[in-house]
Amino acid sequence: MVDYKVTDISEHMSFLEMMDVLNEQLINKGEEPVAFDHDCREGICGMCSMYINGEAHGPDRGVTTCQLHMRMFKDGDTITIEPFRAKAFPVIKDLVVDRSSFDRIQHAGGYISVNTSGNTQDANAIPISKYAADEAMDAATCIGCGACVASCKNASAMLFVGAKVSQYALLPQGRIEAVDRVKNMVAQMDLEGFGNCTNTGACEIECPKGISLENIARMNREYLSAHIKD
Amino acid sequence: MSVLDSKVPKGPLKTKWTDYKDHINLVNPANKRNIDIIVVGTGLAGGSAAATLAELGYNVKTFCYQDSPRRAHSIAAQGGINAAKNYQGDGDSVYRLFYDTVKGGDYRSREANVYRLAEVSANIIDQCVAQGVPFARDYGGLLDNRSFGGVLVSRTFYAKGQTGQQLLLGAYSAMNRQIARGKIVPYNRHEMLDVVKVDGKARGIIARNLVTGELERHSAHAVVIASGGYGNLYFLSTNAMGSNATAAWKIHKKGAFFANPCYTQIHPTCIPRSGDYQSKLTLMSESLRNDGRIWVPKNIEDVKAIREGRKKPTDLSEDERDYYLERRYPAFGNLVPRDVASRAAKERCDAGYGVNATGEAVYLDFASAIERYGKEQAKIHNIQNPSAAKIYELGKAIIEAKYGNLFQMYEKIVDENPYETPMMIYPAVHYTMGGIWVDYNLMTTIPGCYAIGEANFSDHGANRLGASALMQGLADGYFVLPYTIGDYLSNEIRTGKIPTDTPEFDEAEKSVQDKIDFFISNNGKHSVDYYHKKLGKIMWDKCGMSRNEKGLKEAASEIRELREDFYKNVSVPGSANELNSELEKAGRVADFLELGELFAKDALLREESCGGHFREESVELEGEQKGEAKRNDAEFAYVAAWEYKGDPSEAVLHKEQLEFNEIELKQRSYK
Repeated sequence: MVDYKVTDISEHMSFLEMMDVLNEQLINKGEEPVAFDHDCREGICGMCSMYINGEAHGPDRGVTTCQLHMRMFKDGDTITIEPFRAKAFPVIKDLVVDRSSFDRIQHAGGYISVNTSGNTQDANAIPISKYAADEAMDAATCIGCGACVASCKNASAMLFVGAKVSQYALLPQGRIEAVDRVKNMVAQMDLEGFGNCTNTGACEIECPKGISLENIARMNREYLSAHIKD
Repeated sequence: MSVLDSKVPKGPLKTKWTDYKDHINLVNPANKRNIDIIVVGTGLAGGSAAATLAELGYNVKTFCYQDSPRRAHSIAAQGGINAAKNYQGDGDSVYRLFYDTVKGGDYRSREANVYRLAEVSANIIDQCVAQGVPFARDYGGLLDNRSFGGVLVSRTFYAKGQTGQQLLLGAYSAMNRQIARGKIVPYNRHEMLDVVKVDGKARGIIARNLVTGELERHSAHAVVIASGGYGNLYFLSTNAMGSNATAAWKIHKKGAFFANPCYTQIHPTCIPRSGDYQSKLTLMSESLRNDGRIWVPKNIEDVKAIREGRKKPTDLSEDERDYYLERRYPAFGNLVPRDVASRAAKERCDAGYGVNATGEAVYLDFASAIERYGKEQAKIHNIQNPSAAKIYELGKAIIEAKYGNLFQMYEKIVDENPYETPMMIYPAVHYTMGGIWVDYNLMTTIPGCYAIGEANFSDHGANRLGASALMQGLADGYFVLPYTIGDYLSNEIRTGKIPTDTPEFDEAEKSVQDKIDFFISNNGKHSVDYYHKKLGKIMWDKCGMSRNEKGLKEAASEIRELREDFYKNVSVPGSANELNSELEKAGRVADFLELGELFAKDALLREESCGGHFREESVELEGEQKGEAKRNDAEFAYVAAWEYKGDPSEAVLHKEQLEFNEIELKQRSYK
């Protein structure tokens, strides 16, 4: 743990802009800046992480760290920043962690097996109820940041995997491979060393995109029925 | 005779692409297994191309600087994707989409490419729905549409305000399927730092592993650059922090011509800047202009009162507001194209009517939309004589369903509730229409090296219409490149694996290594950001929304001086053999410092106003169009493609004359 003192912070700054100011001050003093992940800075790419004062993406709700603003803190506060911690997210440097385990889970089944050839049927050929489409969209909103894992005492990835399984399970296009998909993705999730869900619900509260616990329930139902069919 | 050959096939515009596909050379499936392709960048263009090429049977390697292909900045596109489906029955067609795009681009794009884009657009929607992209639907279960600027039909498909995210996740899922089969090998947290040419052809790249710092050699039979645009040249833009021009600039230095660098899109609806510490700007989707009305106060006294906090915008009556877009452009109103909307906002703010402390903001107001929807809902729900509060409640729910995530994003950043008080917006750099010159096959002037998506120049002319970037990225990646690349690769079936232990790879790796060593050992006194911000200020002040000869000349020489100072005084802490963000940034800013000068040179040459490029010397002086941009087709209906000659100031110009056979060149009128 290192203590840094940072000055000239405006309440309108985002948390990452505060980190920029800190790093600029460190570079000007000839010290090494603090490494952290970030990219879009508008809450959609899922690259930024950080465990701030004991919460993934900090004290505000419904935001990623890049959308967290300094108006959430008081002048003179000491802020504790840690990387996202989980066995399946090894630390690379400072606040940067390796979340490639999420990618591998998606390689295991996070797709519909259609060719990208352009010979598919017309997009309106299968009507999909607005409710199903909206629900699939809510699940698909997940940005894959890993806050759910970092917030979970078991470092479980079930909210993430539940969201991915749900998006496809809710749509007719995704039903065809639903059985294999849920089995393969859950198997990979276990292989990566993520923990199990014990229904605490911290993930849902800390999720910057408000992904609902219902997705975990849906995944469990899908998983159960997939195995019953065996 | 120009050295540029656009390779546009002969024949009528409407059947060119079909005829061309029928006669193009193909590679047989067994031979595809022996051919390697490198794709740099994994956004909509790169991701869709990688997935499709792998599906066809080629061996694909993808490279991205992010930790996952799914995080490329296409993900941040909000509003939607255009397609000529005519699901709304409002008169849309392939021809209209083509026409709107050419007109919107101010007649500076290549007709044949744009027609092909419009032609394949409908397929994109079919493809994405099949992949499970959850587009918005109406209650009957069919796909919904909205309108975007510069057009008179509803052809934009969307997934809330996160269309780019959903389309990218679709392309990423298609990649996943190929990664699982071993046909794509993803190299994430890797950055391409040079292209390697053997016998004049692109044969591989040098990439840096951003975690270990190790330099790697990768060979291939073709290299595809899908690394996006160069908006971060301005430091402040809506691009991601890591978005950069390095891949594009490296191929430029090795022989790929760079076309129309001065064509930059300044997007009208972004959240205004609040201070010097600002690291980036946030876009508010153009879709908001479907329902939002843009205005500033009519009277300068009200402007002062608002700035000093004595009045609120909601205190002003309708008579006291100037809905300047509706006033100036009655036919298109708030849905004029982006370049027109941005200049109109600048005009009002320059005249002193800006509504925030910096004087650089106008209002985007949803009050009348909330009222309109509220009344409609009251009727639908059969509520007699609804109160104003009830109308507001019903209308707000509709606005929330349409734009909820954007309103929330605004509130988090600005700390004001846009349902209750109008949003404040101002233009910001968003997209670059210019880019690597490509022919009809999307091949650059380096054989075997292709550029797709925002990285190339071909489809949007001097101004891109809203919801067309996603369309172009996916069209290039899913439907164009996979065909056209076969024509080149059919000659490579006997080449065999390309070795990386050759003098060409040695030399390329050494030059990359030397540059890294230089930065690490250069004990300067200023950070990389110090230079990037200075460059951004020059660009914004002198190569921004309006440009003139004097400013552009100054910009070129100031950028040159800044570049010299950068090499003397930049400081990069840490070492080369680790994750080092400052080192990454140093390389990118070094390239921006060259590209910026070429930009100014290009803008100086183009003594006309077209699209996003507005020259103060070239405006209409009289008539209905007085004060509007004035194009000069007689002298400037060409693509300016620049050849690198060792220094940006010595770049050599090659012209590709644009021919318009289907469309008559006209003054672009939105009045």
